[in-house]
Amino acid sequence: MLELVTISALNGVLYGMLLFLMASGLTLIFSMMGVLNFAHASFYMLGAFFGFQISQILGFWPAFLVAPVLVGGIGALVERYGLRHVHRHGPVAELLFTFGLAFVIEEIVQMIWGKGPVDYRVPAALDFSAFTVFSTNYPAYKMFELLTAVTIFAVLFTVLKRTRVGLIIQASLTHSHMVAMLGHNVPRVFMLVFGVGTGLAAVAGVIAGPALVTQSNMAGALGPILFVVVVVGGLGSLAGAFLASLLIGLVQTFAVSIDLSVADVLGGIGVAPPTGGVLLDVWNVTVAQIAPIIPYLLLVLILIFRPTGLMGTREH
Amino acid sequence: MSSRVRALFYAVAAAVITTLPAAAQDSVKIAYIDPLSGGGASIGEVGLKTFQYLAEWTNAHGGVAGRKLEVVAYDNKLNAQETLVQLQKAIDSGIRFVTQGNGSAFAAAIEDFVTKYNERNPGKEVLYFNYAAVDPALTNDKCSYWHFRWDANSDIKMTALTNYMKPRANIKKVYLINQDYSFGQSVRTEARKMLGAKRPDIEIVGDEVHPLLKVTDFSPYIAKIKASGADSVITGNWGQDFALLLKAAADAGLQVDWYTYYAGGTGGPTAIKQANLPDRVFAIAEGVSNEPYAPAQEFEKAFRAKTGVTLFYPRAVNEIRMFVKAANEANSIDPTKIAAKLEGMKFTVYDGGEGVMRADDHQFLQPMYIANLGPIGKDQPFDEENTGWGWKTAGKIDMQDAIVPTSCKMNRPS
Repeated sequence: MLELVTISALNGVLYGMLLFLMASGLTLIFSMMGVLNFAHASFYMLGAFFGFQISQILGFWPAFLVAPVLVGGIGALVERYGLRHVHRHGPVAELLFTFGLAFVIEEIVQMIWGKGPVDYRVPAALDFSAFTVFSTNYPAYKMFELLTAVTIFAVLFTVLKRTRVGLIIQASLTHSHMVAMLGHNVPRVFMLVFGVGTGLAAVAGVIAGPALVTQSNMAGALGPILFVVVVVGGLGSLAGAFLASLLIGLVQTFAVSIDLSVADVLGGIGVAPPTGGVLLDVWNVTVAQIAPIIPYLLLVLILIFRPTGLMGTREH
Repeated sequence: MSSRVRALFYAVAAAVITTLPAAAQDSVKIAYIDPLSGGGASIGEVGLKTFQYLAEWTNAHGGVAGRKLEVVAYDNKLNAQETLVQLQKAIDSGIRFVTQGNGSAFAAAIEDFVTKYNERNPGKEVLYFNYAAVDPALTNDKCSYWHFRWDANSDIKMTALTNYMKPRANIKKVYLINQDYSFGQSVRTEARKMLGAKRPDIEIVGDEVHPLLKVTDFSPYIAKIKASGADSVITGNWGQDFALLLKAAADAGLQVDWYTYYAGGTGGPTAIKQANLPDRVFAIAEGVSNEPYAPAQEFEKAFRAKTGVTLFYPRAVNEIRMFVKAANEANSIDPTKIAAKLEGMKFTVYDGGEGVMRADDHQFLQPMYIANLGPIGKDQPFDEENTGWGWKTAGKIDMQDAIVPTSCKMNRPS
């Protein structure tokens, strides 16, 4: 029992950090620009494929640095020549723009790298097990994942809350005219934020690529869960996204290890569960079976009872 | 218009009308309906490459009843509605033979559609060749005269798999993990039933289902398997659900034997190599690449050289070869005549040995193989995904040892 709890907790934290790694850029773009970027997962995918391609030529570490910069550059260009024009027509137009962009990126990736998975591997330097708990190994690569996520959180948080740059960025959203009057180039600030946000998605892609499967549908597979993280954490709250990632990671991991159904609970308190009828399946479904759906349930409940999310300040 | 000119006009028109279909008959077309975009695209592409290669191979070996064979691809986007739209499109363009494999739900939709279509359009019958959808219902209570299945259905596969497990005394605790949909559910129920009958001493220490193609992190499941003390795992998982499951097992250092249906799929062998489980992952199939049978090895070699992928569907080879044989024997490409020839046809299968298209339900019965993946020896030429590891025959189950009765009441055309 202790073994399963310890290991589940560890697995939950690791999975949560991977989620945060992917959601941090999305939160940044949303909180600083008010743009809900549907193409975020696509930039994550681009990061993975760029990382794969560059690591074929230069090795993993240069790829880890170069791929995010390239993807961030593409993101900045998208903002400068696309999003900025669409912005005038309001948030719905922006949403549709990023929605369309996601399909365009997927199609381009399929044209270049094909539809099957590419052979993107964990670098040899990190391909060993870091430590062993109850005879379960924890690979060094996952520790690297964890470390990167925590570093990104710390750096982003400090920059946004404790520096002048962060002050200007935050002010640009709420008082853009005043910031412009003070002599700052507000559009450029937005371009930079979008570039950094997509670059962060690419960092997640470069790291998650070898750990998961790098193929052209990876954006579609991960997109929805990122929105759960952002909404549960509070739209646009970095600390909220961090907490929500951890929460979802832990909830999902622990749920998998609970083999309990409604019928079992009823049986436990001495009520005979029904043995037939159309609802038979509902009585006998275990918590473990619905574990991967729980985050979405959480999303619905949060939107009903606390629309601002755990730590959000604004309603949207 | 004078009457002579009019007569000439009619003559020309008649000639055009009669020669047009004749020109179209020059090639026999098979519609390939499977996912070619979205999540299932990587699987659908491999199937398409296989059938395109088989068409080339057939044309180089005399064609179908003197005609060329051509494969026309239709993308069903893993969607039942779209499957039927594409099927209708294929039929509208004059195609009379359809092949599909990915997803029993779509297979059932096609089977149903084709059966009704043939009832309403006598003389324009369409045949459905199923190369991979394994839901037993398709050849039992839903069976149709117009549907032929070359893949062993999942009950036959489980029979073969449990036959292989039966004498292995080191199997004591088994964990079941499957995808939560009709196929995964049938794997878990059949595994329980058959293990209970053949090896009542085996303890089932876990019986897990998880959502189909939605899990990105399998480490919690691996932790559970580990905690259960299982020595063997049975899984019907395919695609990324298998690759990610094995990757998570590799990360956690889980050492168990894996009995699987689809370990040979894309990403599977790489994950097995990473997990460092030599000869401990078993897969049930109708053919093994390193089986020492020269004609099959030659075919595989040429296939890999041309397509760059492993032959994942030896059954597709059986399908096309038997189709060609039926057409040649009937000396016709009329679907009704071909169906009559296929029913009950005996055939030397891809890896040697004899198979038969059971007349009762149109389920192809064939020898089955249990293969395991590990480092290959000198006389074993084929590895997978450049891992240096390849599939080797661990056991062979003869056709008559894996026969499952059918409940099909075949409705034959009068």
